[in-house]
Amino acid sequence: MRTLTLSIDGSDVTVPEGATLLEACKKAHVDTPTFCWAENLTPVNVCRICVVEVEGARTLAPACSRKAEAGMKVLTDSERVRHSRKVVLELLGSSVDMSLAKDFAPLRQRYGADPKRLAGETVAQPVKIDNDQFVRDYSKCMLCYKCVEACGTDAQNTFAIAVAGRGFEASIATEHQASLGDSACVFCGNCVGVCPTGALMFKTEFDLREAGKWDESRQTVTDTICPYCGVGCTLTLRVQDNAIVRVTSPSDSSVTGGHLCVKGRFGLGFVGGRKP
Amino acid sequence: MDLHPINALATDAERAAIDTVLGPPLADTTIPAAEAKARRTFLLPALLGLQTRIGHVSEGGLGYACRRLGVPPAEAFGVASFYALIALGERPAAFAHVCDDIACKAAGADQLCAELEQTQGKPAHLHHRADAPKNLKHQATWAKSPCLGLCEQAPAALVTVARASPVEQSFGHATPQRIAAALKGETVERPTLHLGSHGPRKLLARQGCLDLDAYRAAGGYQALRRALELGPEAVIREVTDARLVGRGGAAFPTGRKWEAVSKAAAHPHYMVCNADESEPGTFKDRVLLENDPFSVIEGMTVAAFATGSTKGYLYLRGEYPLAAQRLERAIGEARAKGLLGTNILSHRFDFDLELRRGGGAYICGEETSLFASIEGYRGEPRSKPPFPVQSGLFQHPTAINNVETLVAALDIVRDGAKAYGTGTKLFCVSGKVRQPGVYEVPLGITLDQLLQLAGGTEQPIKAILMGGAAGTFIGPEQTGMTLSLEGAKQAGTTLGSGVVFVIDETVELTPLLRRIAAFFRDESCGQCVPCRVGTVRQEELLHRLTRGGADRPRELALLKELGQAMRDASICGLGQTASSAIESATRFI
Amino acid sequence: MLKAVRRGAKLYVVDPRRTSTCEWADGWLPVEVGSDISLSNGIARVILEEGLQNRAFIARACEGFEAFAQNVEQYPLARVTKETSVDAELIRRVARDYARADRAMICWTLGITEHHNAVDNVFSLINLGLLTGHVGKWGSGLNPLRGQNNVQGGGDSGALPNRLPGFQDVEDDAVRAAFDAKWGRPVPPKKGWHLTDMFHAMERRELTALYVIGENPAQSEADARHCHALLNGLDCLIAQDIVMTKTCEMAHVVLPATASFCEAEGTVTNSERRVQRVRKAVQPPGQARDDIEIISELSRRLGYELGLPSAEAAWDEMRSLSPMHGGMSYRRLEQLGGIQWPCPDESSPGSPFLHGRLWADPVEGPRAPFQVVHQDPPVEALDADFPLRLTTGRRLDSYNTGVQTGGYVSPLRQRETIELSPVDAKMLGVHPGDTVRVSSRRGNVTVEVAIDEHLKPGLTFMTLHAPDQVDVNQLTIDATDPKSGTAEFKAAAIRVEKL
Ligand SMILES: Cc1cc2nc3c(=O)[nH]c(=O)nc-3n(C[C@H](O)[C@H](O)[C@H](O)COP(=O)(O)O)c2cc1C
Ligand code: SF4
Ligand code: SF4
Ligand code: SF4
Ligand code: FES
Ligand code: FES
Repeated sequence: MRTLTLSIDGSDVTVPEGATLLEACKKAHVDTPTFCWAENLTPVNVCRICVVEVEGARTLAPACSRKAEAGMKVLTDSERVRHSRKVVLELLGSSVDMSLAKDFAPLRQRYGADPKRLAGETVAQPVKIDNDQFVRDYSKCMLCYKCVEACGTDAQNTFAIAVAGRGFEASIATEHQASLGDSACVFCGNCVGVCPTGALMFKTEFDLREAGKWDESRQTVTDTICPYCGVGCTLTLRVQDNAIVRVTSPSDSSVTGGHLCVKGRFGLGFVGGRKP
Repeated sequence: MDLHPINALATDAERAAIDTVLGPPLADTTIPAAEAKARRTFLLPALLGLQTRIGHVSEGGLGYACRRLGVPPAEAFGVASFYALIALGERPAAFAHVCDDIACKAAGADQLCAELEQTQGKPAHLHHRADAPKNLKHQATWAKSPCLGLCEQAPAALVTVARASPVEQSFGHATPQRIAAALKGETVERPTLHLGSHGPRKLLARQGCLDLDAYRAAGGYQALRRALELGPEAVIREVTDARLVGRGGAAFPTGRKWEAVSKAAAHPHYMVCNADESEPGTFKDRVLLENDPFSVIEGMTVAAFATGSTKGYLYLRGEYPLAAQRLERAIGEARAKGLLGTNILSHRFDFDLELRRGGGAYICGEETSLFASIEGYRGEPRSKPPFPVQSGLFQHPTAINNVETLVAALDIVRDGAKAYGTGTKLFCVSGKVRQPGVYEVPLGITLDQLLQLAGGTEQPIKAILMGGAAGTFIGPEQTGMTLSLEGAKQAGTTLGSGVVFVIDETVELTPLLRRIAAFFRDESCGQCVPCRVGTVRQEELLHRLTRGGADRPRELALLKELGQAMRDASICGLGQTASSAIESATRFI
Repeated sequence: MLKAVRRGAKLYVVDPRRTSTCEWADGWLPVEVGSDISLSNGIARVILEEGLQNRAFIARACEGFEAFAQNVEQYPLARVTKETSVDAELIRRVARDYARADRAMICWTLGITEHHNAVDNVFSLINLGLLTGHVGKWGSGLNPLRGQNNVQGGGDSGALPNRLPGFQDVEDDAVRAAFDAKWGRPVPPKKGWHLTDMFHAMERRELTALYVIGENPAQSEADARHCHALLNGLDCLIAQDIVMTKTCEMAHVVLPATASFCEAEGTVTNSERRVQRVRKAVQPPGQARDDIEIISELSRRLGYELGLPSAEAAWDEMRSLSPMHGGMSYRRLEQLGGIQWPCPDESSPGSPFLHGRLWADPVEGPRAPFQVVHQDPPVEALDADFPLRLTTGRRLDSYNTGVQTGGYVSPLRQRETIELSPVDAKMLGVHPGDTVRVSSRRGNVTVEVAIDEHLKPGLTFMTLHAPDQVDVNQLTIDATDPKSGTAEFKAAAIRVEKL
């Protein structure tokens, strides 16, 4: 494997050819925030939280998708980088409900972002509940494209959803807003699995949250293998009060790459449905 | 592909509209994925086929297009909802797009719109929200539009009547009466175009040559002959020596671009002409496309020869119906006379080109977005690198050039780099000058000289927008600046796409700034956070700022902070420049 | 597979029905049901005719080539096209692409194995792998895609009539001796019955007691009426399951068990021979007990004290007796995210592919034999009384007899239907949603009609997912492969009548 050397914040790192700046940063032990990037999806580089400064470039570069080049000089914590990351956090925080986005609060702290400064129009809208498997609350959608990629060529190849509309009005949609049941959706839930903001949520989880009963302190998380076909997908079962409330799969699993089908994801009702 | 069909069925008229574009359907309705991949590029033409002939894209129509092309319905919907000219709900067949952008606003577009409201009723809000209720029916017969590229005849309108043989016309000096006539399908006269120059005309030398004989008589196709004699390398050398830079706004050296494509290992290579001209205040390409279509075709052919491309696309903005008709005719004639196709001018050189029309999206002028649009995807730009010369249209090496760049190359190739000198450039002078129009001037004259050519102003100048909405405002004290790349840099502004939009003391600046902010908000593709949300926040801040009473220093500082992040962190030029004009104008408000 | 296709791999799909996979394929071979051997032999003949076989591999690692070559000589494309209905040029293309590929893989599911000549079908595919040398290498090989999460593990651990754990021959004295020593009891020295043998034995009243663990034969067996009669005739039927299945309802004793994948500890083995851990995540309901506990308790009452071993202890015992599992401690299974057998000791990383020995110099172990196999159509031919071919299968959101998948509401699931081709539907004068009677020589059901516009005339399709609603196995035939014991679920002759 051919390698190349570049400088990250003044220290040299050597990475394989074709590596991204994100990988180089990781190698240099520089923690780079990401929202729209995931190891099991093709980078779309749209959220821009990962931007870094490449010496000599007019604009900042997205670390998640920019390829490292020999001799590049990269700054990950310069004034410009911190500023852009802060404003991106403020833009997201002021327009999207990021309350369930896991990394959001710590990042706000880290970059001193105050979304209230940029308060204005938001994407708030009613929750879409059209099936028993999962709900779509696009008030929480930061348009990271992950669900579209998971539904498309990165995993499911079903293409039930796409980004529609343009600009601030862009949103994730089926054709002419058909309900998921009327669309091509096969309810694999791979979109739910990759959604970073909780916009896509298991119906079980949604109902518990609505009822004020969702309580992570009472939950356990256990990896096991799907009871159905011979692929042998790893299921991560989140259990509260002896009921399975969410099913995911580790994105680094060699068998699943994080993706499942409808049976493993949503078809475990028989476990709790048995009469004692 | 294994498509999940849309249940709604297409009407016979909808099928006919799509079949007109795609040809008659084959018996087998399922399309293997590989074949679907190849057909994807016809998605936008099919959708526009529906739009122009039916007047909107219904569920059934969309479903039929998807079946014919093997495109998943959700993706096709994502594409359809991207374009402003495509309506997703039913609306009247006759529809007017009335420009209320900068030049038209300065020429009384707001008054025109108010009058139209009296006669035509309220305008439709062409929002790009995809979650409009299903089967929505609009009654409105018109909507406000961004710049239509007719700024010298402001205020302008584009009127379309959907039917089997569609009527589309765009015209300036719009009045409620002229718009009403056009909505009835009547032909509306266009005012005569004003052209001017400082010194001999080169780019504008062949205006009005609409058929091949006239074009040849005016010296047409001499450049191609010379190019074929010289060979590709020598052609590129001439263009490089002439230091021609792109006229689309980014001012990249054309010779370097051609050379990179000609040397790219992957084949085929593509030659794309960017005729999406949508930068508010820009109309020079329209003048070339409408009145000198063969120059554009010859320019593309020369560029294709130099870059080793056998296939070209001419991507024309959807709002230029007259240019479309004339180009279509000219392409047909060139093809019939062997100037496109195989063994052109008896040389071993094959090249043909396809005219593609846009669907109403400023962003599709950005090169990578334009490729996505031709390929049948949403017009979303992508990060560069890789650059188009390595991976452009269909992921192949692509030379993409602005219309004017290609026409300028003709003179260089025909007469040689030496004779070309510093070359000329077209400027789109609009607003409060006595004679708005397109002016061809040698680079190096002053802005004052250009303004004099345009008859000067009646009232004292308040400000001049240079380079379009993505450019900057300069003050009256700066009119001594030199019109050249260096001169613009010195003056802290840009020539961009050649926009010189002049406002005098009679014009209010605030509504124009708000219009510019709204423009970027509307035209952002929506992909990246700094631009998608940033353009909204910028508009909000501007409103607060111009309403007065706000904490002005704080709002100004925020505007600046926002602008910095948009410039630094946006994916493409739209987001990167969306704050430029507004920031430059805050000193005037 | 789609990932590979996206990276440039070619994909050909052999299936009587046009599935979604076909849409991504470079070619779809719509074979007649039960014409697989003709197709394989035809492909082999093209490969030989064009000299595309891997001569070196055949010479070094195989045997029986001459007889095989002679046999496939009888399968010229003219004949194969007639028997399979597949276009000759397409067959030629598949043959060339498969033979010329740097690495190529044949994957199959029940379309190959649910036939009366299942094993011959598989042999015919193995022949192609040997002919081209696409075996024993990474990215190549012959790949049966398993339909259950532990069908592989069941066989691996000895749930076969003739095998002890690790596929060791039960009739091999040396093998048995190790087990005898460990267990302190002699292992019966003769192989037992497989499922079909058992039903025959029931018929002969040689088998009168049956202990069924986690199966639902009352609904999953072909020719259901016949099967019910036999189960009802048993003196003792014990059913151990996690839900009250039809079989449980018929049983004399029901032992409620835990859902092993989430209420107990253990391992399962997937299609790629990867042994992975299942773990307890929820408490079982009511009196349900762990399988190990039930068996231990049963054993104790039968007079043999097993104690109450943990799942890990049971596994470790098996590792000590089954060489291919030797290195798979729980600790290592955790660490490596599962291990593919064989994994003889704790230094082995497991085996991503098998039969690499065929490429060793010289070849290790016995040569790989070509098999002479002949086209043999489905047992039940179509005739005037039963003119349509019924083939059965699964749908994405459902599983087997629906015992588990019945437990969730799937927006994809429609009512069970019989899928007809547009041509047949028109001939029968039926429309989607109409109710029809479907009969075979063994029984009949009533069901709603659906139309699959890609089905070829003469072919119909149903699933076994909703036996309570439409008991498809009333129709299927129990013609069974003598070697594998699998019934010909894929090919019955039926008649459809409008009601
Ligand atoms: C938002 C945006 C819109 C653009 N629109 C146009 C356009 O309408 N016409 C054009 O020629 N170039 C446009 N460009 C510039 C093109 O991306 C590209 O630089 C140009 O077509 C290259 O041709 P040139 O080198 O001949 O100028 C636009 C760029 C951006 C960022
Ligand atoms: S559940 Fe699966 S098929 Fe449905 S939208 Fe999500 S990813 Fe696509
Ligand atoms: S729904 Fe979730 S995964 Fe999809 S774009 Fe929105 S935030 Fe991303
Ligand atoms: S900068 Fe704006 S137009 Fe460009 S990619 Fe980002 S959102 Fe789209
Ligand atoms: S993580 Fe890089 S742009 Fe989103
Ligand atoms: S046409 Fe109205 S601003 Fe250009």
